[in-house]
Amino acid sequence: MVMTGLGATVARAGRRLLSSLPALFGVLVFTFLLMRVLPGDPAVFFASGPNAGKEEIEQIRKQMGLDKSVPEQLVFYLSDIGRGNLGRSMMTGQPVLKDLRERLPASLELTFTALLIALLAAVPLGVVAALKPGSLVDHGVRLFCALGVCVPTFVSGLLLIYVFYYLLGLAPDPTGRIDVFTSLPPQRTGFLSVDFLLAGDIEGWWAACKQLILPALSMALFVIAPLARITRASMLVSLGSDFVRTARSVGLSWQKVVVTYALRNAILPVITIAGIVFSTMLGANVLVEKVFSWPGVASYALDALLSSDYAPVQGFVLLMAGIFVLVNLAVDICYGIADPRVSIG
Amino acid sequence: MTSATLRHSVWILRGNPLTGVAAAGVLLLVLVAIFGPWLVPYDPVVSNVSESLQPPSAAHLAGTDQLGRDVFSRLVVAARLDLAIAVSAVGISFVIGAVVGSFCGYAGGRLDRSVGRFVDVMMAFPLFVLAMAMVAALGNRIENIVIATAIINLPFYIRFARAEVNVRRNVGWVEAARSCGESHFSVVLRFLLPNILPAMAVQISLNLGWAILNAAGLSFIGLGVKPPTPEWGIMVAEGARFISTGRWWLVAFPGLALMMAVLCFNLLGDGMRDILDPRMRT
Repeated sequence: MVMTGLGATVARAGRRLLSSLPALFGVLVFTFLLMRVLPGDPAVFFASGPNAGKEEIEQIRKQMGLDKSVPEQLVFYLSDIGRGNLGRSMMTGQPVLKDLRERLPASLELTFTALLIALLAAVPLGVVAALKPGSLVDHGVRLFCALGVCVPTFVSGLLLIYVFYYLLGLAPDPTGRIDVFTSLPPQRTGFLSVDFLLAGDIEGWWAACKQLILPALSMALFVIAPLARITRASMLVSLGSDFVRTARSVGLSWQKVVVTYALRNAILPVITIAGIVFSTMLGANVLVEKVFSWPGVASYALDALLSSDYAPVQGFVLLMAGIFVLVNLAVDICYGIADPRVSIG
Repeated sequence: MTSATLRHSVWILRGNPLTGVAAAGVLLLVLVAIFGPWLVPYDPVVSNVSESLQPPSAAHLAGTDQLGRDVFSRLVVAARLDLAIAVSAVGISFVIGAVVGSFCGYAGGRLDRSVGRFVDVMMAFPLFVLAMAMVAALGNRIENIVIATAIINLPFYIRFARAEVNVRRNVGWVEAARSCGESHFSVVLRFLLPNILPAMAVQISLNLGWAILNAAGLSFIGLGVKPPTPEWGIMVAEGARFISTGRWWLVAFPGLALMMAVLCFNLLGDGMRDILDPRMRT
């Protein structure tokens, strides 16, 4: 029975994965075409200098395949992706894949921390609000949510810097992941806070956490609202259902009823929203990355975009598409774990 | 509006006075956007270096920036541009989205399913990045911020119109219109679209706030609006350089303006939903 349940979950996740492929392919082709109309000629950029002759530029253009028609270029691009070659960045001079691999952990660490903070705040808030609908607490949570989605992350980030760095002096200089003078731990996960712990360097860990907390907090503030709202709505449904009434009538403790029965049944929509929030945050955190000079993938893509360097942008979109697929898979699997009924249907 | 709807609206408003406040806020914002340039005490673009970086005072309600320009005057004048970007972007995506979504919802079948699937994937994709790429590709101009914001708003309207039309496509009055010889084309445009407009209005109000945030975000990272044009996002970006030396007013006031504008549109949208569909009240 367990096996069939697991098998069904995998089959279901696989089906959904397949059905999202055409749209993902569409997004890829769309970005490819978009990048072809970017202003600026990459061949001129790669040429030896501003005085490079016409012939030299033609030569480079031929090397890069820019003399071919756009459909041909698209085919080359897709076959390059198939071989794991994302092209080379003009800004850094490195292969895009290498750049992305170096910068992805920074973005992921930030996004995971933000999501964790948001969930830790949103789920209790939503539950408390749902327990006493219409009460002062409920209105307070609603007000907090209404305000939270209205403050842009770049504004809340800057205001947090003002309060915690300038006024209170609690936070370190808000630039980057770590002080330039701190010696880095051996890289294992790429998540600085985890690597410091693995290396047993508590001081370094604390320094990394202090850099991390403000950007993560400003991102979290923005996404607490949707998570808390969905938790509240789904808890209300769950608390009003027959099984909760039954559980209470047989004399189970209130705490057990709320946490074990009501919350577990209410958690599915929260997982869905958390998945969506996660993939949106990865892209939208370009604003936070810029405010805190965080060396993540989104700010890398932005810098590339502003200097008409299209290989990194395409690589970034591809990465986002990949993460999007993985997140959806993870959500599907979490579904199966949180509610075994899903995989049977 | 019939008298019954009116009574119902008044009853709802009494239970939720915030909607009225939000409507007043939106009205104020529109008035400021129209008359702002004639109301301000200082010229928003003329610099006066001898008075640079002054904290808020009676002469400068929101302080002055690094070039000595009055932040309050810039905030007021910026309302027009910020609102214009958001309104035109949402307008474009509403018109296209409503028509495309209605036809898909009405036609159903395979086309409808694939459009629906595409829209779902689009919505889960990092839309802000897509907007960034579009502005960079089309050229760093204000029109392109409008286009990019319109395109990333489009999925929401298509999905909404599709769902709303889908539940109505086989109701009595649609059947009646068809049996009277109306073409499919006219059934959608003359019967179904007007019918879903009120529900779409809610979506528009909620979306305007989102569009304002998106446009401000784009100009914050240096896309679209260029200095010295007063615009809330770029004002925050310019003020960001001075935050770690304690010049809070350069960020706080444009941030507050953004927040109030978005808050008013969101609350108004929520209130309108309560009036239109009492079952949706949360």
